[in-house]
Amino acid sequence: MDLRFQLNGHEVSCSLVGSELLLDVLRRSLGVLGPKEGCGKGECGACTVLVDGRPFNACLLPAAEVHGRAVTTVEGLAPAPGELSPVQRAFVEAGGIQCGFCSPGMILASRALLDRVPDPTDREIREALIGNLCRCTGYSQIIESVQRAAELRREGDS
Amino acid sequence: MSRYLGKTRERPDVADKATGRTEYIHDVVRPGMLYGAIRFSEHAHARIARIDTSAAERMPGVRAVITADNTPQVRLGFLRDNVALKGGKVRQFRDEVAAVAAIDPDIAAEAAAAIVVEYEPLPGVFDPIEALADGAPLVHEVDPRGRPVTSNLLPVHFRHVSGDVDAARAASAHVVAGEYSTPLIQQTCMGTAGCIAEFDLQHNLTMWAKTQIPFLAQRDFVGALSQMGYEGRNARVIVPALGGGFGTGLDTHCYEYIAILLADATGKPVKMLYDRDQEFAYLSPRQSSTVRIEQGCDAQGRLTFRHVHVVQDNGAYGSWGATYPSVMLIPATSLYRVSNIHFDCELVYTNNTYAQAMRGYGNPELTWALESNLDDLAGLAGVDPLDLRLLNCNEPDVTTPMGLKVTTCGLRECLTNTAQRLDWRAERPKGGDVVRGVGMASLMHVGGSGRIYRSDAAGVILRLDDFGNLYVLSGGVEMGQGFHSSLQIVAAESVGVTPERIFINQTDTSTCPWDVGTHASRGAFTACNALLMAADKLRAKIFDAAVELYAGLVDRNLEALFRRDPTVAPPDFDWRALIAADAFELVDDALFLRERPDVPWLRVPLSKLVRAAHFRDGGGAMFTVEAFYDPPSELPDWERGVGNMSACYTFGTQGVEVEVDRETGEVRILKMVSVLDVGKVINPQALRGQTLGALAQGVGYALYEQVITHEGRVLNPSFMDYKIPTAIEMDFPIELEFLETDEPAGPYGVKGIGEPGLTPTAPAIANAIADATGVRVHDLPITPEKLLAALAANEEEAT
Repeated sequence: MDLRFQLNGHEVSCSLVGSELLLDVLRRSLGVLGPKEGCGKGECGACTVLVDGRPFNACLLPAAEVHGRAVTTVEGLAPAPGELSPVQRAFVEAGGIQCGFCSPGMILASRALLDRVPDPTDREIREALIGNLCRCTGYSQIIESVQRAAELRREGDS
Repeated sequence: MSRYLGKTRERPDVADKATGRTEYIHDVVRPGMLYGAIRFSEHAHARIARIDTSAAERMPGVRAVITADNTPQVRLGFLRDNVALKGGKVRQFRDEVAAVAAIDPDIAAEAAAAIVVEYEPLPGVFDPIEALADGAPLVHEVDPRGRPVTSNLLPVHFRHVSGDVDAARAASAHVVAGEYSTPLIQQTCMGTAGCIAEFDLQHNLTMWAKTQIPFLAQRDFVGALSQMGYEGRNARVIVPALGGGFGTGLDTHCYEYIAILLADATGKPVKMLYDRDQEFAYLSPRQSSTVRIEQGCDAQGRLTFRHVHVVQDNGAYGSWGATYPSVMLIPATSLYRVSNIHFDCELVYTNNTYAQAMRGYGNPELTWALESNLDDLAGLAGVDPLDLRLLNCNEPDVTTPMGLKVTTCGLRECLTNTAQRLDWRAERPKGGDVVRGVGMASLMHVGGSGRIYRSDAAGVILRLDDFGNLYVLSGGVEMGQGFHSSLQIVAAESVGVTPERIFINQTDTSTCPWDVGTHASRGAFTACNALLMAADKLRAKIFDAAVELYAGLVDRNLEALFRRDPTVAPPDFDWRALIAADAFELVDDALFLRERPDVPWLRVPLSKLVRAAHFRDGGGAMFTVEAFYDPPSELPDWERGVGNMSACYTFGTQGVEVEVDRETGEVRILKMVSVLDVGKVINPQALRGQTLGALAQGVGYALYEQVITHEGRVLNPSFMDYKIPTAIEMDFPIELEFLETDEPAGPYGVKGIGEPGLTPTAPAIANAIADATGVRVHDLPITPEKLLAALAANEEEAT
């Protein structure tokens, strides 16, 4: 199958020979290494990408499913080269990143939450991130990063 | 007044991590690279009757299939009791019997599965106590030198005896004995294990390794090369971003040696990567242990003696984890003041998965027993557990029975501040189905590195380029804990270069100086001490050069000044007379005379001085210095359990308030407090992240985590069946407090803090549950099932 989709704002195409998963297409075929494979079974969230703005575990999603849709990875969040998106900036500033392996998935899951709920409560953030495991931070500074991201996005709007 | 120390600063590594630019082993690709896959044993204990690799060899895309029969034997491990590929017999489910290299990871996995192995099963032994019984099957019939062995005991000896335990026991007013056990748990780094092995044409090896010990790994790999017939060849170890360490990088692993053998067999780089199932089933977990402890006190609650016996299930092979008791000795002999002590341990081979290091390294296991038992002793003596701890509290400037020289010690304040933050003395509802309680536990750990190797040193190289950029080369490893942030901040503070001009080099044994490894909470302590020594040398070198070159640079400043504004008055003092090597100061990239810091034209950019020195006629100079710091500590005599193994010691107390549902056995944490004597804070945000992460690991250890095995097979190799805390489990308020005791041995007063944050968490929670319910679970994790069983047993006893 000739797979075509929008990746981080650009049209891409590649051929699928079987039932490849989106994560393998991104990492192996397209060389997009931001999405991480932490479990391969949809249990850890390190491979989270946005498909039409909604978070998916790329390790479970058949690549054919994104045909004609828009896929965003952590590489595609920055508004311009050399800049950080508000969510990325917040994770960097508020100490939400340690080993960094879960960070691309955390950042994208947080972005999806904030698009849906611009001013989430602590509990809403925790519930939105339940599928994203982190072994380094204990989550506190991740939750604070998402709160900070909500602030930055509000400041950006005004 | 510090400029950078103690102030929150964005870590130098995190912007790349936030944008997907950081390269983990998973992301590294080498030209012509092949992918490796391992065929693991399907028996816990069996003779290998036959291996048929013909089907795998015929598969398109397969480049090599190796077994013990067609490769050199590569012996490895702390006790040299392991080999990379097993021949003869397998001793655990995960034993490596064959391996494949192929052009694609899927082909490699298919080929590994196509290898046919026939076994003759042998009776196995899965319980360390049974393994010590007469007639138990032997896991190893011979030692690494081929001499017959008669028991499953590991040949390691850790012991301590001081005072007279029997006399003290007899004289005690109260005595409580108990047995406390801990499970196998998985480190669960989010980035799974992996490596790439690549040879050059002269058989020198380059390894991209997920390691915490690049230089000991280099030594191990050089040893492997000589076993392969490449005597005298080099092994270079490059450390990509780690994706978490937590002790998994403290040993070199069979998969690494297998990648080396495959790279040798194919002449191509070979990548080996574990997926999550393999990580759970085939990567060594934390040891399980059983600690039998007995403590006594006098009528007032003063500790009279402590008797500790540890049995550790080591699994089938020895790793550095076999030295856990070296760290267990610290709390056993020295947490709280007690003078009559007996400690011994038995480390036992079984056919279970072999265990390795994990954060805390024996201390959480021992502290779990000690602090749980201490609450029971307080209960028996009728003394409040806080008061009992205060009465026996460690103090500064005391040498403990193990010979540990405690310098700074904030434990008393840790205890009282924890109690205050928990409102310790408040009454909590005890009637009804939902009950509340509070508990606390303390810790003592190495704070000034831990000497378990003959050198406990760390080297640092500082190099200035001719643009005034400062490169820090360290052999330590950033695993996510913030090591590079510590180096950056301490370098900026001590050298006088702005943090933006400081670059931390990738850890690589070909460029970085030797370091024993990043473990024992030693990274910042040792490397920053070395960095301070190097900073002194670098500044001396800069100031020496400035004696000759500074005047010329100031003259140019003045020329430029007069050119811009001819009306400026000339200097009204003889600044040249002030010039001397000890008259200079360097702050934020600017060199100036200490006496006249505010005169703009006396300020010379460091980059200009460096260039002037570099390009000087008649032979220039470079600014590269090195320093090697080995802490003032002793390698203990382990059989006596005596020796000051660290330059200083970290203390802390954690407290918790819980709510327990007596109907369901569910434990809800209402609040946690962690007060840690850290010596000095380098980067408050990074420290907070590191210690909160440790606390979450402690909560997982206390309540959720266990690798479940049946006859050596791991039954729960996934995050669905092995639960680590998510953001929901961690949804409770946490109060963190860092006490700054300003440790003289530490760089700027810093003590090590990587591991302490999880050490007392489990007993603090258990003590709170016991306070709430009156019952104690002796076996981690404290699941609702175990708690309900304990509650039922307690009610039965009462009726």
